[in-house]
Amino acid sequence: MSYLSLTLSLSFVGLAMLISFWQRLKLERDLFIGTVRAFIQLTAVGYLLKFIFNLASWQYVALMLGVMVLVAGQNAARRAEGLPNAFFLVAPAIAVAETITLGMLVGLGIIPFTPQYVIPISGMIIGNAMVASGLTLNRLRAEITARRAAILTTLALGGTSRQAAEPALKAAVKAGMIPTVDSMKTVGLVQLPGMMTGQIIAGISPVEAVKYQILVQFMLSASVGITSMLVALFGYRLFFTSAHQLRLPSTNPSR
Amino acid sequence: MSMTDRLVLEQVTKKVSGRVILQDISFAVPQGSILAVLGPSGAGKSTLLSLLNRLEEPTAGTIYLDGKDIRTLDVFVLRRRVGMVFQRPTLFPGTVADNIAYGPSLRGEKPPLPVAEYLREVGLPAEFAARDTQSLSGGEEQRVALARALANDPEVLLLDEPTAALDKTAAHQVEELVTYSCRQRGLTAVWVTHDLKQAQRVSDRVVLIIGGRKIEEGPTPDFFYSPQTKAGRAFLAGHLTKVDTEVR
Repeated sequence: MSYLSLTLSLSFVGLAMLISFWQRLKLERDLFIGTVRAFIQLTAVGYLLKFIFNLASWQYVALMLGVMVLVAGQNAARRAEGLPNAFFLVAPAIAVAETITLGMLVGLGIIPFTPQYVIPISGMIIGNAMVASGLTLNRLRAEITARRAAILTTLALGGTSRQAAEPALKAAVKAGMIPTVDSMKTVGLVQLPGMMTGQIIAGISPVEAVKYQILVQFMLSASVGITSMLVALFGYRLFFTSAHQLRLPSTNPSR
Repeated sequence: MSMTDRLVLEQVTKKVSGRVILQDISFAVPQGSILAVLGPSGAGKSTLLSLLNRLEEPTAGTIYLDGKDIRTLDVFVLRRRVGMVFQRPTLFPGTVADNIAYGPSLRGEKPPLPVAEYLREVGLPAEFAARDTQSLSGGEEQRVALARALANDPEVLLLDEPTAALDKTAAHQVEELVTYSCRQRGLTAVWVTHDLKQAQRVSDRVVLIIGGRKIEEGPTPDFFYSPQTKAGRAFLAGHLTKVDTEVR
């Protein structure tokens, strides 16, 4: 793509800004910041990837993956307002999901361990794990809050916090996995996923692109499943004390 | 602390995010007696109850069960020995029998008696065992919740306004059942209520809590016939129905 057409693509942002201005959405500033950030971040990543691809050293790949996990963990943890230490729950969960999923991909010889494969695929794994862990954590909090009476009942009957939180835990894992499961059902019918679209535009045969997309879809279900399960399994502990007492963050102190 | 006191509270204070809910509460519950905890709504009665089975932790002070600091007991054993019935019963999806057996099942055990026995004790026919919990009335739900608490074979029963959410007839029946079970089983009970008449009917002793402080304590007849404090007399006369932290 020429730099001219890239520059012309700014007119799309201009169109969005016009709509915002016209409808008084006050999104102009955010749109501007978003545009600048997207441009800088993507350009930087382009050069960074080129650099790492040329180096082809696994240390740099590992470093890059580490940064991706940390940023994803930080991002997902930020959504869990009022839950201290959420980062230390989410980041390891994402790291485990990434390690297992990527390990299987490489170990089974599905993809070669080269930066060209490992980094973009990891990006998808980690990105989806990030969204899933945010969803799981939020749902976990909502379920535990909503099921407060049932949880107290189980605790009062001598149940463990795990037993008391079990239904909330299940609902939270489900919530984390549903978007991926749903997208598996509609993929190709409603939207053509980004990776497949990219490959087709780059001139690869759609049949070949589909193969990769199937791989991606399956692998995401694994990574999302692992992340949601880990986040729920360890995350419910944030809501209980060691004496199996329910501890809701920012509870209403009126009782 | 007397040998026959099953539960003893010593200078128990509870603060929630800096706000005092209960201040320096001390009292004892003799073995096999029913203690009514009276007070206007918002006085801290429910919080007090949840300290007794460690659903919540006091900020200061000590609670003893049979002379042992409850913090030194295994929390699961404590909660089995000290059962609780909430104002609004929460039954789990499934049958009535599932719910009655739920407490022991959490430990991989079965209730000591057949489910039908517990149903009989709470005045429900044996056929109720197979009923879906969705199909019960409020009074029936509370009876099942009581049966579920009893199936854990507790020594102490904590009752958090167990009849307050029920209509008059159901409330009366549940009150009689709870009292009967406590007496029959020789349970020690702490019964939170804001209903003066109920306290007079069911309890041996009364503790009156207003604004998080213990205002009065004594045998039920003494409290009702000759309250010792101005606030106690005002509460009995019905002049004090909501929180008033200024009262001493």
